[in-house]
Amino acid sequence: MRYRGLVSSLVARELKARYRGSALGFLWSFINPLLLLSIYSFVFAVVLPGAHTTEVEPYALFMVCGILPWTWFSSALSEASGALIAGGNLIKKVLFPAEILPIVSVLANMVHFFLGLPILIAFLIYYQRWPDAPDLFWFPVAVIVQLIFTAGLGLILAALTVHFRDIRDILSNILTLWFFATPIIYWIREAPGLGKTVLDLNPMTHIIVSYQEILFFRGPIGHWKWLLAMGGASALLFLAGFWLFDRLRDSFAEAV
Amino acid sequence: MNAIELAHVTKIYRRYGGRHFATLKSALLQRSIVRDLQPSETFPALDDVSFAVPRGATFGVVGRNGSGKSTALKLVAGITKPTSGSVRVNGRISALIELGAGFHPEISGRENVFINGIMLGLTKREIQARFDEIVEFAELEDFIDAPVKTYSSGMYMRLGFAVAIHVNPDVLLVDEVLAVGDEGFTHKCLDKFAELKRGNKTILLVTHSLNLVERFCDAAVWLEAGRRQAEGDPKRVIDAYLTRVEESEDSLLAAANARAVEAAQPPLPEAGPAPEGPAGGDAQPDGHRAVEGRWGSRDVEIVDVALLDGHREPTLVFHSGEPMAVRLRVQAKRPVGDFVFGFGLFNADGVCCYGTNTWLEEMNPERLDGEAEVVFQIDSLDLVEGTYKLDLAVHKRDGFPYDYHRLLYTFRVKSRIRDVGIHRPKHRWSFSDGVRFKPTDERS
Repeated sequence: MRYRGLVSSLVARELKARYRGSALGFLWSFINPLLLLSIYSFVFAVVLPGAHTTEVEPYALFMVCGILPWTWFSSALSEASGALIAGGNLIKKVLFPAEILPIVSVLANMVHFFLGLPILIAFLIYYQRWPDAPDLFWFPVAVIVQLIFTAGLGLILAALTVHFRDIRDILSNILTLWFFATPIIYWIREAPGLGKTVLDLNPMTHIIVSYQEILFFRGPIGHWKWLLAMGGASALLFLAGFWLFDRLRDSFAEAV
Repeated sequence: MNAIELAHVTKIYRRYGGRHFATLKSALLQRSIVRDLQPSETFPALDDVSFAVPRGATFGVVGRNGSGKSTALKLVAGITKPTSGSVRVNGRISALIELGAGFHPEISGRENVFINGIMLGLTKREIQARFDEIVEFAELEDFIDAPVKTYSSGMYMRLGFAVAIHVNPDVLLVDEVLAVGDEGFTHKCLDKFAELKRGNKTILLVTHSLNLVERFCDAAVWLEAGRRQAEGDPKRVIDAYLTRVEESEDSLLAAANARAVEAAQPPLPEAGPAPEGPAGGDAQPDGHRAVEGRWGSRDVEIVDVALLDGHREPTLVFHSGEPMAVRLRVQAKRPVGDFVFGFGLFNADGVCCYGTNTWLEEMNPERLDGEAEVVFQIDSLDLVEGTYKLDLAVHKRDGFPYDYHRLLYTFRVKSRIRDVGIHRPKHRWSFSDGVRFKPTDERS
């Protein structure tokens, strides 16, 4: 891509700027997912201990596998949707490739995801559960599929939010719904028939389940076909998102 | 070879109303997003504008606010696309449109210089090579590692300017950014422009500083409401532009004066029994206080006031040193034998610059009846540039007002000389042999 230098320096700027001025700085990359995790652990291990089956024990580890990628996904989307408006100055006043802005949001959050991985490793060490080595080959695949899927969606949201500011308000609610419609805090096999169908229609299901199979469950990866299919669909989504973004591009400088 | 070419460029801005889509859902369902983004209302910011800037030329764009100057610049910069027509630019562009547009407040000036430079099309290495020069130019050596949010607006602008100008562009677009620093920095910017000019770079300058255009540009274009009004020699273009500005200033002043006279109408004198005192019971304002108003018994009424220039044309914009005439039409409801016409001139601060009346000038009234015309003729309006107001009155010799118009007429005096004060006495300088001046156009 032509703008590699620009993208990488903007991502670096995002990361530097985010925690500058806060006392804990980069530690927030660890603390945020940990806090989220402890909330769900409180709910599902203390308040509702019977709500999950024993297959997903240790439950905290199970949740980490889903929550980390989900955090990347949801923060990336909420930032991407506002990226063009926040960067309005650039779009209006400088000749600037606008598609970079939502993509930078997605990439910056991917870096946060990577920074959160030590938590996962710490959990794996603590529970003495080692994922099967061959399974780990699928980990980068899942990351790439998620990256393309998130970037495609981010482009669409960013372009549409310029014209429908409502999206930003709706989005946080949709993301909450989406979170519960994705098997992150529960196991996909626990879902009843209809629920399973709904879950299967949710693209994030397949990404999250892939992570869980790679990192949490023993045995061969059963979900790889779904993951690859998702990869193909994500590529199409990305192209469609780029097409839509390009179609609306000329309106950004005026509508932002 | 032309560095910039605009051919029949029209740019229509859309006004997006709030009610384009019934809902997002329906827009999505009907797959009409792209179509529905067609606006209901349009506004032509540029209308069939063509001009070309040869390589190495400095080209000025002048015009009032909203005339399409900035739109033209954005089109040249490629930030927006023309609705029709074509824009061609040869060479690397750097746009000084919004300085420091990409700065992030939380990170240091140093990091921002790099990111901003990359945004403007430099590589990291190129920025590294120019970094010291940029910082020195911005005069920010001591603050370059502080977060940009701690910068004053002047520092921010200087840094933005320094980065943009060190991009080493072939075509530099400048939008009214020379007001970024103190006197010293502005000089530095101008020197930098001169340097670029010598380096055969093309500069497109959008500015309200006509002085700058006249001094700096090889050619200029004047845009008005999106249309090209004149193009060519900067002096000629600016003169044409200034004439138009005066015309519209004139009509604005006229409207303001009409409103002032209207608002100053007191209750009709017949309505109240006030034969001796000021009409409507208003206390007559102290003659030295600058309060607008109108009062008097209206036995003699000033029905019309016109300010005339040397050609006897009504105007409200005068040039210093030119003649001015104030023409009153008065109407006496009944014949009066005691009347004085008064004239007072005030500047915008309310300082009385001059006041006189017919009685002071020893004209003894005999009879005024029916309609009459009174002209106060000034052969040479020796005032410095500024806004002035007039008092016009008809009253008795003892001061009892028939019709007193206080500060109701505003006019403007223009001058190309930036002298100060109020009155410009006719004067000239003379020098002995030891004193020599350069020809005027080499100044600065």
